[in-house]
Amino acid sequence: MGANIADQSEGKAWDGGSAQPMGASYGKMMMWFFIVSDALTFSGFLAAYGLTRFKFIDVWPIADEVFTHFPFMHGAHAPMYYVALMTFILIFSSVTMVLAVDAGHNMNKKKVTFYMFLTIIGGIIFVGSQAWEWKNFIQGSYGAVQLKDGKIVQFAENGHQIALADFVQAQPKEEVTHTRHNGLWFESGDEVPSFTVEEVVASFKANPHVDLRIEKIDPVTKKKIIVSREEGLKFLEQAARVVEGANLEVNEYGSSQFADFFFFITGFHGFHVFSGIVLNIIIFFNVIIGTYEKRGHYEMVEKVGLYWHFVDLVWVFVFTFFYLV
Amino acid sequence: MGHAANHKALIWKVFGILSVITIVEVALGIVKPDFLFTTQFLGTSLLNLLFLILTIVKAYYIVWYFMHIADEKKNFKYSIVIPLLILIPYLATLLIIEGGYVHEVLAPYINWNY
Repeated sequence: MGANIADQSEGKAWDGGSAQPMGASYGKMMMWFFIVSDALTFSGFLAAYGLTRFKFIDVWPIADEVFTHFPFMHGAHAPMYYVALMTFILIFSSVTMVLAVDAGHNMNKKKVTFYMFLTIIGGIIFVGSQAWEWKNFIQGSYGAVQLKDGKIVQFAENGHQIALADFVQAQPKEEVTHTRHNGLWFESGDEVPSFTVEEVVASFKANPHVDLRIEKIDPVTKKKIIVSREEGLKFLEQAARVVEGANLEVNEYGSSQFADFFFFITGFHGFHVFSGIVLNIIIFFNVIIGTYEKRGHYEMVEKVGLYWHFVDLVWVFVFTFFYLV
Repeated sequence: MGHAANHKALIWKVFGILSVITIVEVALGIVKPDFLFTTQFLGTSLLNLLFLILTIVKAYYIVWYFMHIADEKKNFKYSIVIPLLILIPYLATLLIIEGGYVHEVLAPYINWNY
C-alpha cells in the first residue's frame, strides 16, 4: 500500500502531506543527500592521499613516469594521453545522460532510450579502460630492485629509465613459478621474478653505461636523482629482491603507499561506475517497457542521472590528484 | 520548443568548456612550463595550484549545469553546496599541513648514504 502511495505522489507531495520541502521530491532530495555523504567519503580518501603524499613529498613516484601506456602502441611513451581519453569518455557519457534527462522532460521515450543506451556503453568502455590501466600498473614496465630497508632503486641509461630486461643477462635456472597446472596438490607459491638479484648486480657491474636511479627527487629539477656508479654499487650491496610491477605490498615505481592509494581510490571509483551502469541498465529497461510513460514523468532518469554525474565529478578530482598534480 | 533548443545548446556549450579545460590540463601536464613548474607558492608549484583551480571550475560546471543544481530552490541548493564547501577544504587543509609537518620531522632520519 505504502509503495503504491509513494509512486502516486512522486514529484508532487510527500506521503501524508501537501507540502514539498525545499521544492524537491523525496527521491531527488535523498539522492542529493546521498551524494553529499558520498562526496565527503571520497574527500576523506583523497585528503588521506594528500597527507601521505606530503609526508613522502621528496620520494613520491612521478605519475607521468608510471602511466605511460596507450592501447595498440607498444613501448610508446605516452604519458596521460590514455587517461585523458578516459576522462573524455566519462564526460561524454555524462553529456548523453543529460540529453536523456532533457528528452525525459519532453516525454520523448525514443530519445530517452537512445541516450540511456549511449550512456551505458560509455560507462562500460570506461570501466574496461580502468581495468586495462590496472593491468599495466600491476604488470609494471621496467622492473626494479628493492633494498633491505625497503627503498626501491631503478636503472637508467643516459638519464632515461631502462628496464631490467634491457641490460640484465639471465642465467639458465631451474626454478619456475609454481602454478595449478604442475601439481596435484596446489599450494600457491611466490611468483619467481624474471631475474635474480645476483644477475642484476652482476650485469650492473658489467655494464658501465647503466646508472642507478633512486627514489629521492631533486628539489630543483624535480626529477628522480641518478647517483654515481660508485654510490650505485654501494646501494646494490643492500639489494634484497627484484620487483616487477605493483601490488598492495610492493611497487616497482617507488612508495608502496602510492600503489595502495591508487588501487583503493580508483577501485572505489570504479565500483561506483559499475553500480551506476547497473542502475542505468535497470532504468533503461524500465524506459523501454514504458514504466515512466505510464507514470507521466521521467524523474527516475533524472535521479539516476544525478548519481551518474556525481561519478563523473569524482573522476575529475581523481584525475587531477593522481595524474596531474 | 524554443526552450528545449536552448537547453540542448547549453549542454553542448558546457561539454565544450569541459573538453577545452581537460585539453589545457593535459597539455600543461605534458609540457610542464618551467615558470609554472618550478615556482613554489603555498607549499606547492604554481602549476599544481592552476590544476586545482581548473578542476574546481570543471566541478562547478558539472554540478551547476549537468546536475541542474542551478534550477533547484535556493535553500535546497545551499543545503547541499555549503556543507561541502566548508567541510572539504577544512579537512584537506588540516591533513595536508599535518602531512607536511610529518615530513619535516621524518625526512632527516631517512638514510640516503650507503
